[in-house]
Amino acid sequence: MPQNKSAWDCLQLIRAKNRPTVENYIPLIFDEFIELHGDRHFGDDKAIRGGIASFEGLPVTVICQVKGRNLQENKNANFAMPHPEGYRKAMRLALQAEKFHRPVICFVDTPGAFCGVDAEKRGQGEAIAQSLYLFSKLKTPVISVILGEGGSGGALALAVCDRLAMLENAVYSVISPRGAASILWKDSSKEKDAAEVLKITASDCKSFGIIENIISEPVGGAQNSPEETSENITAFLNETLLELEKLSVEELLRARYNKFRKIGVYSE
Amino acid sequence: MALENLFSLVKERWKTPSERADTPESAVNTGANTAVKTEKPADKQATVFKCPRCMQVTPSDVYADNLKVCPACNYHGRMSAKERLKIFVDSGTFNEFDKDMTSLNPIDFPGYDEKMGNLREKTGLLDAIITGTASIHSIPFVIGIMDSNFLMASMGSVVGEKITRAFEYAEQNGLPLVMFTASGGARMQEGIISLMQMAKTSAAAAKLSESGGLFISVLTDPTTGGVEASFASLGDIIIAEPKVLIGFAGRRVIEGTIRQHLPEDFQSAEFQLEHGFVDMIVERKALRRTLRHILRLHGYRGDKNAAK
Repeated sequence: MPQNKSAWDCLQLIRAKNRPTVENYIPLIFDEFIELHGDRHFGDDKAIRGGIASFEGLPVTVICQVKGRNLQENKNANFAMPHPEGYRKAMRLALQAEKFHRPVICFVDTPGAFCGVDAEKRGQGEAIAQSLYLFSKLKTPVISVILGEGGSGGALALAVCDRLAMLENAVYSVISPRGAASILWKDSSKEKDAAEVLKITASDCKSFGIIENIISEPVGGAQNSPEETSENITAFLNETLLELEKLSVEELLRARYNKFRKIGVYSE
Repeated sequence: MALENLFSLVKERWKTPSERADTPESAVNTGANTAVKTEKPADKQATVFKCPRCMQVTPSDVYADNLKVCPACNYHGRMSAKERLKIFVDSGTFNEFDKDMTSLNPIDFPGYDEKMGNLREKTGLLDAIITGTASIHSIPFVIGIMDSNFLMASMGSVVGEKITRAFEYAEQNGLPLVMFTASGGARMQEGIISLMQMAKTSAAAAKLSESGGLFISVLTDPTTGGVEASFASLGDIIIAEPKVLIGFAGRRVIEGTIRQHLPEDFQSAEFQLEHGFVDMIVERKALRRTLRHILRLHGYRGDKNAAK
């Protein structure tokens, strides 16, 4: 059962060096993952990887944000902060999945989209916007799982889906706690307070109706048993795919639209 | 362009960082340079406009007569939603949607209710956008105008919902939609719910597009963060006002990463045009005519009774 940890405890767990990444999970969840590279326009972003694989015998498209497990891997993957070409690769693979009637499974794990000169020149905002646009009308089931950090628009771009789940200790936030602290209190060291104020844990997100499922982690966190964690992810994907496969494309798209359509708190 | 060349373009104002201490406190993305400095005494603010681009000082009345465009450098300054309405739509045709919609405090963010109360009093707005129907040269259309005076037009539930309804109204009624965007980004005070407004508005834009409806996005100062990274970038035609700030990440965030000052024109409308992210830059005084022309080219015609 999910334990109610504070946002700060979750952040410590998911930022720890021994936190399993998608690299650990892919071989445990899928058979024969074949990576497909490049956005066909600019390059191949290493922060977002994608490809095709077999999930319990079913062909699927997998798109994931990649955290490194050491400094070298992190440098390669730009600390999981994608550039526009990463989102454009994701879109290319999503359209390919639509064409071949494969479900899309996304794994989200990013502090956010990369903030840099080249990212701006190549249209970081436009790439994220197009991603939101495309996934909102993609004619095939889309499932996303937030493995660790769900950082703002950079995470959302891979989380416009039919079912969104978070690992028990994952967080999903509109702004990094550090960023919020520096805006709120002009003091980024108050990150811990900001983390609590922002309500970013899986149980917060579930209570706001932002996510559908929380996937349990082993006692103490996913690092204690990546195997058990991937079994839990597999069970979630299995169940959800069975459910989504029953829907017609029209039903699927209507439900996906309505899922986001109803999010908002206001009076009139 | 080599970074060295870019840095050589840095102008005088980067030597006085205090001039740039104008972060919109509310917005997640803080790339904006505010037009009027809040630290200045009130009487000075009232009589002169200091251009955030060229630093030229202009008497406020001259600036206002010039449609809030800097006479020295053509920077198109910020306008309130009501000011824009006055200059862009046919007089008396605006019919407002969702007049009474107000934000609640969905994540119990400390101080949010008080802040909103103060802003409502100060601006006369309930939130950072007005939407409705209007006409331009008698052509009826749906309009949305974001107002950066209200919490840097950050996108929370009300902004997201009103935009979504505007898209849906345009789709259901076969009307074109023109959205004047301005925003510092998502509204931090509404947490993850504000992030979802990016998905909601983009999905609504997709629906209008699938139905064959026309969406024109007019980017005004500043269009950044989660708004730039959602519906604002999804216009069939994207127009920008001259010299306005358009970008995803805040300038200072990027400067912090690369530890260098960025050139003056970084993330300007002109920068975005050069890199292929806006269709055209149109001056404020020419915008009504341009919009009419575009609307007519898409088959929309004037109808005296349509924009009731």
